[in-house]
Amino acid sequence: MSWASLEDIFLSTSLASYLDKKLLVLLRDGRKLLGILRSFDQFANAVLEGACERVIVGDLYCDIPLGLYVIRGENVVLIGELDLEREELPPHMTRVSAADIRRVSCTVRRFPFFGKIAILEKLSI
Amino acid sequence: MLFFSYFKDLVGREVTVELKNDLAIRGTLHSVDQYLNIKLENTRVVDQDKYPHMLSVRNCFIRGSVVRYVQLPPDGVDIDLLHDATRREARGG
Repeated sequence: MSWASLEDIFLSTSLASYLDKKLLVLLRDGRKLLGILRSFDQFANAVLEGACERVIVGDLYCDIPLGLYVIRGENVVLIGELDLEREELPPHMTRVSAADIRRVSCTVRRFPFFGKIAILEKLSI
Repeated sequence: MLFFSYFKDLVGREVTVELKNDLAIRGTLHSVDQYLNIKLENTRVVDQDKYPHMLSVRNCFIRGSVVRYVQLPPDGVDIDLLHDATRREARGG
């Protein structure tokens, strides 16, 4: 792999400017991964260190730790740089445990037409 | 190569990229490459409430293969120039 020139780093669409930054990676299956970019290539294959999956169901979310991940580029939709000065999520969202988010997402899948409040009441969250 | 050259000329303009997963992102075109991967700056998601995870994302890299549309400002297109370039490219190809 050849070294990028300074101009390449600032003007090109290379992921080099995202190295060692905490990123949000959206995948084609709808998953949201967060982690620090440690490596990439021309196919947008990526290595994320300290990766976690952010599962969001309605106003609830949970970060599930995954560790070191290699992502095949064909699954990548978007790689976003997280602005550390801003909140990553709207303030009305509540963090829950992995077990709770699994329960909620199963219920939402089984009863897609239930109102959000009805589901939360049913699960006593 | 034609669209790559065309997008290079649009660098610095405000565009809205609509992805195949229906996510639409507005931002300033920072750069484009031969695969039509796009880097946007100063991004805002069109339907922010539907995509809470995108709240703090201000710059992003979008893989070319997932783009459905790139919406341009109406004055962003010199139709005649594009038309000529297309005819030239078609003749050469």
